[in-house]
Amino acid sequence: MSVQLPIYLDNHATTRVDPRVVDAMLPYFSTHYGNAASRTHSFGRTAEAAVDVGRGQLARAIGASTDKEIVITSGATESDNLAIKGVAHMLRSKGDHLITAVTEHKAVLDSHHALEREGFRVTWLPVDKEGLIDLQQLADAITDQTLLVSIMAVNNEIGVVQPLAAIGELCHKRGVLFFCDAAQAVGKIPLDVEAMHIDLLAFTAHKMYGPKGIGALYVRRKNPRVRLEPMMHGGGHERGLRSGTLAVPLIVAFGEAARIATEEMAEESKRILALRHRLHQGLSARVPQIFLNGSISERTPGNLNLSFAYVEGESLLMGISDIAVSSGSACTSSSLEPSYVLKAMGVGDELAHTSIRFGIGRFNTEAEIDYAIERVADVVTRLREMSPLWEMVQEGIDLSSVNWAGH
Amino acid sequence: MAYSDKVLDHYNNPRNVGALPKSDPSVGTGVVGAPECGDVMKLQIKVNAEGVIEDARFKTFGCGSAIASSSLATEWVKGKTLEEAAKIRNTDIVQELNLPPIKIHCSVLAEDAIRAALADYKSKQKQDNA
Repeated sequence: MSVQLPIYLDNHATTRVDPRVVDAMLPYFSTHYGNAASRTHSFGRTAEAAVDVGRGQLARAIGASTDKEIVITSGATESDNLAIKGVAHMLRSKGDHLITAVTEHKAVLDSHHALEREGFRVTWLPVDKEGLIDLQQLADAITDQTLLVSIMAVNNEIGVVQPLAAIGELCHKRGVLFFCDAAQAVGKIPLDVEAMHIDLLAFTAHKMYGPKGIGALYVRRKNPRVRLEPMMHGGGHERGLRSGTLAVPLIVAFGEAARIATEEMAEESKRILALRHRLHQGLSARVPQIFLNGSISERTPGNLNLSFAYVEGESLLMGISDIAVSSGSACTSSSLEPSYVLKAMGVGDELAHTSIRFGIGRFNTEAEIDYAIERVADVVTRLREMSPLWEMVQEGIDLSSVNWAGH
Repeated sequence: MAYSDKVLDHYNNPRNVGALPKSDPSVGTGVVGAPECGDVMKLQIKVNAEGVIEDARFKTFGCGSAIASSSLATEWVKGKTLEEAAKIRNTDIVQELNLPPIKIHCSVLAEDAIRAALADYKSKQKQDNA
């Protein structure tokens, strides 16, 4: 079977919009273009009805008990900001302490940094070598001043799934709110905000085969009722939590994407997991000295994050220019620092520089995986022949014993 | 990151990849950089009786620009005397490869590698003459 190049294996960055989703949204651009807040005429009522359908699909995808718990936003970054700052600002008189983990997405980390500058205190939980937080450390960190615990469902670099139900239960018992950034999780792994005691949950359309520019925040209304201070003031849309005219076509698309992902999750997960195994086994058979970053068992099906020792990540990306993946190498970041997620797991900088993230998704095929195995294996082999580190290791030199002239 | 055509050419067709015998007194070896910094360059020169660099080899762990910088460095030192080779500046490499500001450190490393190889050769010669 032939493959069409380039191959997209960067489904954690974003996903292709499913054609069924495009079909669902298109009529809401030129035919049903009303403002969902215009209740006085049929254009508006048609738009509002479409929004209601979408909101219901989103609620069902995460097990929310009512549609009213879904607040539409522009994406997961906005949802993260609204959840963290909204809770902290609303509950300022009740406490000044927040808990999160060092491997969270930048939108979560930076929201906490902003609150630190306002005088809030933050506990940054470490992760173990698998990328998982320690529940006992979380329990020990909670005080009577703690307002919110923010732990992501699935890490965007290593695909590792945190123990959400246990975290939720702990927070619920201790009377602390639990916010979960589930941008990489919704539609990929089963989520249930009731069973998992999640009080706030951020997600976005473009990670699950929907369009960019639309996201949502689940905000629990009962047991307990979560109150937030809004960031966007205006016409009082979304029950005052997020003013601004609703993006009707995008909400329709988001809902449809959530419906498809939820309905097809079981089957799709199996298929994608088989592709990941094929990729991992294929590469392992062809290339020695590759290392998996992050837990193998607590992991989303589509994520494979590998370090190809002695080959720098950016040079590897350059060699496989017809395959779209991303790297934890410093050279691919503007900061020239290697991945903070890998660093937090105790992966040395020298291995972090060699990491590649493969993100397998709905539209990938076996033929594409086979092509990727061949290409990556060839380029790694070629670059190792060019690598002084590989040469030294072949000569039996222990690289950690070398006195490097760093710069 | 957009690479210049010259960087791509050196990356796809690196010149003078390989190794010269390290213990040969006519060979100078320079290893610079560190794995945790994401780049290590090994540059070797072979010097003839007239003091002219007649061969050069490199191996590099690093990004495409680091590979291109060291590949270019081996091309440039060949046929030069030790004095001429010592005059190669990182800014010459930046200009030739059209490196963006964020990749200037790759050219610095290549200049360091040339100097380290020259210094290694000279210290070997001193030992031989002692």
